[in-house]
Amino acid sequence: MATINYIPERVSEQEARISLPSKLHEWLVTVDHKRLGLMYIATSLAFFCVAGSFAALMRAQLAFPNEKLVPPDVFNRLFTVHGTTMVFLVGMPFFAGLANYLVPLMIGARDMAFPRLNAFGYWMFLFGGILLYFSYIGGAGLAGHGTAPDVGWFAYSPLTERAFSRGTSTDYWILSIFVSGIGTTASAINVIATVLCMRCKGMTLPRMPLFVWLMMIVSAMVLMALPPLTAAQVMLLMDRYLGSHFFDTQAGGSAILWQHFFWIFGHPEVYILVLPGFACASEIIPVFSRKPIFGRAAMVGATVAIGFLSFGVWAHHMFSVGMGPVSNIFFAASTMFVGVPTGIKIFNWVATMYGGKIRFDTPMLFCIAFIVHFLLAGLTGIMLAVAPFDWQLTDSYFVVAHFHYTLLGGLMFTLFGAVYYWFPKATGRMLSETLGKWHFWLLLIGFHMTFDTLHFAGLLGMPRRIYTYAPGRGWATLNLVASIGVIVQAAAVACLIWNIVRSLRKGKPAGNDPWDAWTLEWATTSPPPEYNFAVLPEVRSSRPLWDLKHPEDPDWKYE
Amino acid sequence: MTSTIAIPESEWTLPDRGRVGVLCLIATEFALFTIFVVAYIFYIGKSLTGPTPRQVLDLPIWSTICLLSSSITAGRAESALKRNSIRTFQIWTAATILLGLEFLRQTAIEWIHLITVDHLTITTNLFGSTFYALVGLHASHVVIGLTLLTLVLVLSLRGAMYGQARRFELLTWYWHFVDAVWVVVFTVVYVIGR
Repeated sequence: MATINYIPERVSEQEARISLPSKLHEWLVTVDHKRLGLMYIATSLAFFCVAGSFAALMRAQLAFPNEKLVPPDVFNRLFTVHGTTMVFLVGMPFFAGLANYLVPLMIGARDMAFPRLNAFGYWMFLFGGILLYFSYIGGAGLAGHGTAPDVGWFAYSPLTERAFSRGTSTDYWILSIFVSGIGTTASAINVIATVLCMRCKGMTLPRMPLFVWLMMIVSAMVLMALPPLTAAQVMLLMDRYLGSHFFDTQAGGSAILWQHFFWIFGHPEVYILVLPGFACASEIIPVFSRKPIFGRAAMVGATVAIGFLSFGVWAHHMFSVGMGPVSNIFFAASTMFVGVPTGIKIFNWVATMYGGKIRFDTPMLFCIAFIVHFLLAGLTGIMLAVAPFDWQLTDSYFVVAHFHYTLLGGLMFTLFGAVYYWFPKATGRMLSETLGKWHFWLLLIGFHMTFDTLHFAGLLGMPRRIYTYAPGRGWATLNLVASIGVIVQAAAVACLIWNIVRSLRKGKPAGNDPWDAWTLEWATTSPPPEYNFAVLPEVRSSRPLWDLKHPEDPDWKYE
Repeated sequence: MTSTIAIPESEWTLPDRGRVGVLCLIATEFALFTIFVVAYIFYIGKSLTGPTPRQVLDLPIWSTICLLSSSITAGRAESALKRNSIRTFQIWTAATILLGLEFLRQTAIEWIHLITVDHLTITTNLFGSTFYALVGLHASHVVIGLTLLTLVLVLSLRGAMYGQARRFELLTWYWHFVDAVWVVVFTVVYVIGR
C-alpha cells in the first residue's frame, strides 16, 4: 500500500514565464474548479470587507446618543446592503468556493461534474453582486438618483410595493439576488452531481469525508430553499411593473404572505449559511485532536435532520404578526426540536476533542471558539423560540446579537479557521502562526465586546434598525463598548489580510501535508496541479491517508 | 469490511452525472412551482372584484389532451432513438413539437378571449394576478421545452443525434415534468379553483 503515490511530478516550469495579460486571461476563461473556488473565496472576502465597513459606519453612528454622523436615509441603505451582502454575497459564495475547491480533491476526482456550469455560476454571482452595488450609482429612489435599496434585507411588503418604494432601488435588490441566486443554484446542482457521480474507486458514501457530506446536504437545501425567494421576488416584480396584486393589501393581497414566502426561504438559508461552518469544523477538529471524528454516522444523520427540520420552523420569525396560538405553539415546538440534532453535533465535536492530543494551532483555536459561540447562540435561540419571550424581544438588539452570534461567532470563526487550515494547500505556503494568533485573539475580544453587550442593549429595549437614540435610556455605555469592539475586530481582519499578503510572498513552504491530515486533498502537491492527482486514488476507509501512512495498522481493518 | 481485496473494476459504478443534474434541476423547479401554486390556492375567493373563475374559465380539455399525449410521443421518440431508427425518432419528435404548439395556441386563444371579452387582465383582481402568473409560468416552461425539442429535431436532421439517446432521455424527463406540472395546474386552477 505504502508505495502508491498520488503526487504528480514537478509541475511544468513554464508557468512562471507567462505574461500578466495572458495570466489574467487564463483566470477569466478558466473552468478549473480550484481557480473558480479561489475566485469565489477572494470575491466573497472582498464583499466581506465592504459590508464589514458598512457595519463599522453604523456602529460609529450608534456609538453615542444623538449622533449626526450618518443621516437616517443613508443608515437605512447601510443596514439593507450590509445584510444582503453578508448573506448572499459573502456567506453563500464562500460556501460555494470551499465546496468547489475541496469537494473534488476530497473525493479523488479531477474536476467538478460540470466545469462550464461552474464558471457560469461564478460569473452570475459576481454580476449579481455588482448589480447590488451599482445601485449606489444607477438606482433611483425617494432620495433621488444614486440610491441603494433601503427596505431591509427581508424587504417586507407592502413597503416594497410601488406606492411606497418609488424608483428603482428596490428593483436592484430584487434583481441582484435573483441573478446571484441562479449562480448559487447552478453551483448547488454541480456539487450534488459531483459528489454522487465523480467519486474515486472505493469512496463509498459512508466513507466520504464529513465535509463532503455536509456540502451535499447544503446543496440539496439550496435547491429547495432558494425557489420560494425567487418566486416571491418574481411576484413582487410583477406587482411593481405589471400591476398585479400579490402583496398589494388595498386589492385584497396579503403582506403576510410575503413574510411566509420569505422565511420559508430565510430559515433554511440560516442553516445553508452555517452548515458549511459545521463542515469545516468537522474536518479541522479531528485532525488537531489527533482522533477520528466521534460518531460519524450520527453527524451525518443530525445534519440531514437539521436539513429537514429547517423547512418546518420558518414562522418563528413571525410570532409577532398574530398567527394565532396553534401556529405559535407548532413553530415554537418545531424550533426547539432543532436544538436536538444541533446538540448532537456539539456533543460529538467535544467528544472528538475529549482524550485527544489537542494541538492548539490557529485553525483549532477558531474551531474551539466556534463551539462555544454556537452553543451560546443556540441557547439564546431557544429563548427566542418561546413565543411570549419573542413578543417581548423581537426586533430588538437581542435578536441582532443572537443572529450575529450564530453567523459571526459560528460561521465566521470556522471560515477563518478554514482559511488557516487550507491556505497551505491552495498556495503552497503556510500562514504565519504569530499573526494568526493575533488575528484570533483580537477577533475573539472584539467580537465579545460588540455582541455580548448588544444582548443587554436589546434586553433594555433598544430596537434594531434605529439610526440614533436619546440619552438617558441606559443604552449609551453598552453601545459605546460595542462600537469600540468593532475597531478591535477591524484590527483582527487587518491582521488576516496582512498575513495573507505577507505569506503569499514569504510564507514558510508548506509541503504536501503540513497538518498530518487524513483526507485526500493532502495526498497531492500544494497547490495541486490542474488534474489534481497523478493517478486517481483508490480508498478503502474514511481516512485514506492514515491507511497510507500506517500500513501496519490501517483503518479499513476496523470499518 | 473484512476482506483486504480491492474492489474489482466492474463493481464500481456511479450514477450518470447528466441524470443527477437534470433531477436536481427538476427538484428546484418543483419547489418554484409549489410556491406559485400555494399563492394561487391562498388567494382563491379573495378577489375584491370580479370576474370570478366560475364566470370566465372553461375546462381546457383539448389542450390538456394535446399536452398529455405529447408525453407519450416524446417517449416513443426516445425509444426510437435508443433503437437508432432516426427516421421514426424524427417523426415522433415532430409530433411532440406540434402537440406542444397546439397547446400553446389554445392557451393564446384562451388568454385573448379573457383579455378582450371578459376584461380579465393581470391588474383586474387577485384572480387575474395569480392566474396569469401560474399559467404563464407553466407556459413559459412549455416554450423552453419546445425550443429544446426543436433544437434536437434540427440536430437530428443534420445527422447529429445518432447515439445520443442518453442525452435525449434527459430532455424527455424535463418534458414529462412540464406535463406533470400541467396536471397540477389543471386541477388547482380549473377544478378546485372554479
